[in-house]
This record gives sequence, structure tokens and C-alpha cells, in this order.
Amino acid sequence: MNQPDDTRNGLTVEHLCIRLGGEVLVDLDAHIAPGHILTIMGPSGSGKSTLLSVIIGTTAPAFDVSGRILLDGTDISRLPPQKRRVGILFQDDMLFPHLSIGANLAFGLPPGIRNRAQRRARVVEALADIGLEGFEDRDPATLSGGQRARVALMRMLLAEPRALLLDEPFSGLDAALRDHIRELVFTLARERQLPVLLVTHDEADARAAKGERVDLATPG
Amino acid sequence: MERPFRSGSVTRLHQDRSLLRHAPLVMLGAMFIPVMAGLAGTFLPAIGYFPALGGDSLSPGPILDLVRWPGFFKAGALSITTGVGVTLLSLAIVILFTAAWQGTRLFSAAERLLSPLLSVPHAAAAFGVAFLLAPSGWLARVMSPWATGWTTPPDVLIPQDPWGLTMMAGLVAKEVPFLLLMTIAALGQTESIKSRTIAQSLGYGRTWAWMTVVLPRVYEQIRLPVYAVLAYAMSVVDVAIILGPNAPGTLSAQVVSWMSDADLALRYRASAGALAQLGLVGGTLILWRLMELSVGCAARRWAYLGRRMQRDRVLRHAALLGAAAPILAVLIGLASLLVWSFAGFWSYPDVLPLSFTWTTWLRHASDLRDPIMETVRIGAMAVGISLALTIITLEAEQRFNLKLTTRRLGLLYAPLLVPQVAFLVGLQTLALESGLDAGTAAVTVAHIVFVLPYVFLSIAGPYRAWDARYATISAAMGAGTQRTLWKIRLPMLLGPLLVAAAIGFAVSVGQYLPTLLVGAGRVQTLTTEAVALASGGDRRVIGVFALTQTLAAAVPFMAAIALPRFFWRNRRALQHR
Repeated sequence: MNQPDDTRNGLTVEHLCIRLGGEVLVDLDAHIAPGHILTIMGPSGSGKSTLLSVIIGTTAPAFDVSGRILLDGTDISRLPPQKRRVGILFQDDMLFPHLSIGANLAFGLPPGIRNRAQRRARVVEALADIGLEGFEDRDPATLSGGQRARVALMRMLLAEPRALLLDEPFSGLDAALRDHIRELVFTLARERQLPVLLVTHDEADARAAKGERVDLATPG
Repeated sequence: MERPFRSGSVTRLHQDRSLLRHAPLVMLGAMFIPVMAGLAGTFLPAIGYFPALGGDSLSPGPILDLVRWPGFFKAGALSITTGVGVTLLSLAIVILFTAAWQGTRLFSAAERLLSPLLSVPHAAAAFGVAFLLAPSGWLARVMSPWATGWTTPPDVLIPQDPWGLTMMAGLVAKEVPFLLLMTIAALGQTESIKSRTIAQSLGYGRTWAWMTVVLPRVYEQIRLPVYAVLAYAMSVVDVAIILGPNAPGTLSAQVVSWMSDADLALRYRASAGALAQLGLVGGTLILWRLMELSVGCAARRWAYLGRRMQRDRVLRHAALLGAAAPILAVLIGLASLLVWSFAGFWSYPDVLPLSFTWTTWLRHASDLRDPIMETVRIGAMAVGISLALTIITLEAEQRFNLKLTTRRLGLLYAPLLVPQVAFLVGLQTLALESGLDAGTAAVTVAHIVFVLPYVFLSIAGPYRAWDARYATISAAMGAGTQRTLWKIRLPMLLGPLLVAAAIGFAVSVGQYLPTLLVGAGRVQTLTTEAVALASGGDRRVIGVFALTQTLAAAVPFMAAIALPRFFWRNRRALQHR
């Protein structure tokens, strides 16, 4: 047994056990180093989403959770979601429909950047990074699926998370786009040295991630 | 004991949370405390205890006095026939219309008319119906003299016929849209069209197919609204004053006139009458429940026989007529209020006045100002408080996973099942006993009892349906719960929130009895002023007040539809609700 080292950087899932009504749903002990990807495979109902909700901090009280979540050596298990600095991307882009593309990105920017012009500059720069120059004032509903996926990724990265969770984020995209977006997400995450936890049921996702892989059992 | 305020400390966070956790209780309290207190305030004088008037011992006197009042049995019977008649007729129309027409373009058209129709206050609709059906009303004018031979209005007692038929017509016109809306909401939770199609493919006629396979599930969901209609129709006062019989009036109307009598001793009898009204409604609700069970049983036995009932053409068209009549009655009634308010000289049996004039509006513009202000003040406060309580409750429900169960949902309807007169009489008595001045604030508290359930029922669906992943995303980017609420959730729900506010405001505008009784006659809103004009019979003035009342309820509705379209004109995803 490897002794957990609390000083390691990255995302550590330590002796995590999620039970529902006495039955073990997820039992996981893993460490994801910065810039690495851990892929969790499993059919629907195998507790993938519950695992993510535990790491992000939004677990429903019905679940019985033991173990710890460490981020860069700090125990974040008892922190509220907004203090954890763990980013997440869902299958749907979840762009806020009432905000412009620029305002969506600005929502992610840390409040520490107070100057309006500076924030604006960061938004413009971020849009250029994902090839969407001049999209600041656009309505999210007018963008294509691929464009929206890129904005969603960039919005989350602007919030400067220290780990990234991916909840089947590519399964909503058509085949041609999927490879492109997947590559973009992995590249940007690696550049930022983020530990990434990818949950999927798509073999191609797992292959592309090139990292460690854990299969969750079928329930029952 | 006061403690120094420590910002950012963990304990403060926990105190906040424990307070928020009790939000549902606070909301239920806002509805139940006035009702319970009012019922107690009605009950005690009814059994002789009324210290402010020197009654300090219990006695059966008030109840005996009530029973000896010559009109008692007639008034009680009228309450039952009106309530049951209105509920049966409205329910039959709604069921048959939905069974026969759901899924057609005609049905969607009717659906779109519902919200505007619901916002029309009861009193205005009743005046409209009166203007339509009276011997000198539009219906008679259109038919005269060529069909009827009348050159002067015939001497018939319509409205205010002794059997309460005109009153029932006026109530049906308002209750059909309400029940239809509730039915449509319930249909969303059942696989209605699929089920009906399967039954149809087994050879059942369209109407009967719906009634056997969909209705049982739908009725389960609209049962409480049906009970609310029954309780309301049995004890309504403003519609009864406008359309109901006069001597004797309905029990509730009689109680109100005793309450406003200069002879304070009559308040014992009024309290006994309010208590009797409560008993009547309770008893009738029990009978209705028994009738539900036996009709359900009989229908199941009949369905077992497998009759296909394919020939339902006549029934379908009757259903259409049944649904169209109330809708048209309200719309044409409003039109006739409009014509009267601008009418110059208008002789019988001309269909339209000889001339139109602003005179009536100009003469009464100054009389309208104060009631408008009062109406808006009370409505805005009642809606603001109801909306805040509702949002806090729904947030608490989500953050702490408190599920308002179906039983608790029943609690939301409870104030609507208690006849208004039963607890409002008591509230006035309590005000008298305690010496508190019954002013605008007290009236607002009473309005909240009725506004809150509608606001909650209207916003709860969209609020709970909101995708919680938006909150997760927001939190993952570091936004706290407050920021997520104000910047993401509430703006995204702007449309439903405004509609809920508009519904609540319309409910408040329409309240007659809470305003009259709790305000002790001193709080004057558009509704109390309009109803007070009923006995005078000046149709031009009635037209002005009833229309203004309708506008007060309808304008926020239009704003609720227009504002999101304006704010979100560049946000396609939010434009189609």
C-alpha cells in the first residue's frame, strides 16, 4: 500500500467510498499529478456523476461519503464548492443564456482583477486564444456547438481552477468536432499543469487521454 | 443578548443557514396565522364571548338568534345550490372540452386566452355579465325589438333573480378559465395524448377515451383546485352583491351586511353566520368527496363493460359551446363596460349609444386617484412580500434538500378552502378587541394569505425545473450562493418571476372581502369602490370603475409579457417560454 503524501501537488482522491442506502457505489483511491489525466469509465448508473459531485462539493445528502479529497496537499473535503477551485465541464456547455459571450467569460475571471479595462482586455485575449475574435457581444444562442464548447472551456479556465473535472464533455458534439475539442481541452489543461479527471463511456476519449484508467463496475 | 457582529466568521454562516432552513415554516406561518387567528376570532363571539361588547360568558344565544333569522335556511340552501351548481357546471365544461379538444389548434387558442381572462377581477366580470344579461342589457338589445317585440325593458329580475342563476352564470364564467388552467398544468404531468391515442386505437371514441384513461389521473391533481372553487362559490360576496338575490341575500353577503351595521350587537349574529358558513362549506366538501368516490366507482363499472362510445360528435360540439360561452361572456361583458363608460345618450333598444363622450371618465378621474394609489400600494406590498417568501423558501428547499411533499402542497391550498368570511369576520373582531387600527398594513397581511399560494404555485415549477448544473458551474468558478442567485438564477427566471408577480398582483386587486372586513370599511380600493356602486345602478360610473379595476389587474400582466421580451431581445434562448 502506498502511503498518501499530503505534500504532493495535484488532485488526490484518498480512500473515497460513496454509499447509497448501505450499498457501495464508488470505492476509489487515486492520485492525479499536475498535467495528467485520469479516465474513469463506467456505464450509466455506476456513480460517475456522484463521484464528480463529491469532488466538486455538491453531493446530495442521501449519499454517505467517507475519505478525503486533497488538492495540492490541502484537504478540500469540507469546503463549499466555491472555495475548492475545482473546475468542471458538463456534456452541455451551460453558457448562461442571459449573458453575452463576453459577460460569460468575465463571470469566470477572478474578482481580483478590478479594473474594467483590464478585465475587458483579458476577455478579448481569451476569445482570441480560442479563435473567436470579436465575439464579445454575441448572444450565446447564436453560436455553433463547437464555438459554444470552446467558450465554456475558456470560461472555466479563466476562473483559474487548480484541477479540472470533465463530465462526458464531448459526447454532445458530432464526430468531426469531438476530436478537435478534445484535443483543445487536453492541450490547454496540460499547458496549465492541471490534474484532469475525465468521466466518460467513450473508448475514444479514454484512448486520447493517454493516461491511467479506472473502470467502475456495473451496479447490482 | 446582543453579540458583536463578526464578519466572515464560520458561526455567522451557520446562523444564516439555520435561519434559511426555517423559511418554509415562515411562509406557511404567513398564510396560516391570520387564518387561524381569524377563525378563533369568529368562533368566540359566535358562542357569546365578546368582551369588547360586554359578552364575557359563553352562551348559545348568537347561534339561536341566527337560526331564528327568517332567511337563514333559504340563505344556507342558496349557498349550497350555488356552490355545487357552479362547481359541477364548470368542471363538466372543463372536462368535456379538454376530453374532446385537447391537442387541437382550437384548444391551443383557448389556452392562450386563459391568462388574460384569469386576470379579470371577479367583480368586473360580474358587472360585465350583468350588463350582458339584464333586461336592458346587450343581449336583449340585440334581440329587440325584431325577435322579442320589446320596446321597453321587460320587468324581469335579472340579475339578482331569487334562485341565484345569474350569479351562478357569472361565477361559472370565471371558474371555467381557472379550472381549465389547472387541468392543463396537470396534463403536463401525464402522458395524456399518448394514452388517449392508445385507447382510440382500441376503438374508443375520442371523448370517452380521454375520460376513461386520462381523467382519473388528471382529477387526482386538480382535486384541490376544484375544492377551492366549491368553497369560493359557496361563500363569495362581491359577485353575490352584484349578481345575487337581494332579499334575502346569500349567507355570506348577509354576514357582511350585519358586520357593517351600526348596531354592534348584530356582530354576534354575524359571527354565528360566518361559523355556519364554515360548517356548510365543510359539510359540502365532505359530501363532494363522497360523490367523487361513488361517481368514480360507477364509472369504473361502466368502463369495464367496454362500450366504445364512438359517436360523440354532438357531445364534442356541446363541449365547445360550453367552453366558448363563459369566455365570450367575459369578453363581451368587458366590451359592454367599455361602451357604457363612454356612452352619451343611449335609448332602448338601440344596440349602441347615439354618441360617445369622455364626460363620465373626466368627471370621475379625481375619484379614481386615491383608490388606484391604495390598490397599487397594497398589491405591490403583498406581491413583494409573497415573492420574497417564495424565493427564500424555494432556495432553502434546494440548498437543504427539503422537499415540500404533496401533503404540504395541500397546505398551500388550505387557506383557499376556508370560506373567506369565516376568518375575515374574526380578524375584524380581533382588531376591535385589541384596539389596533385596521389600516392598509392589516389589509396587506390579509391579502398575502391569498396572494402567496398563487405566487408560490406559479413560480415553483419553473424554479425547480431550473438546471442546477448552472449553479455547479457558477460555484466551480468561485461564485458564492448569493452571487449565483442574483446574477444567474433570478435573471434567467425573469419571465416566470414577472408572471408570478403579475398573477399575485391581479389576485390582490380582485380581493373584496379582505379589504372591506379587515380594513373595517375605511380602506378603499378600486374593488371596494366598484362593488359599492352596484346598488346605485349608474352604469356609466360602474363602467368606469370596473374597467379601471380590470386595467389595474391586466396592465402588470402585459408588462410581465413585454418586459422579458425587451430585456432579452438579443437573447434567443430566453425568448420562448
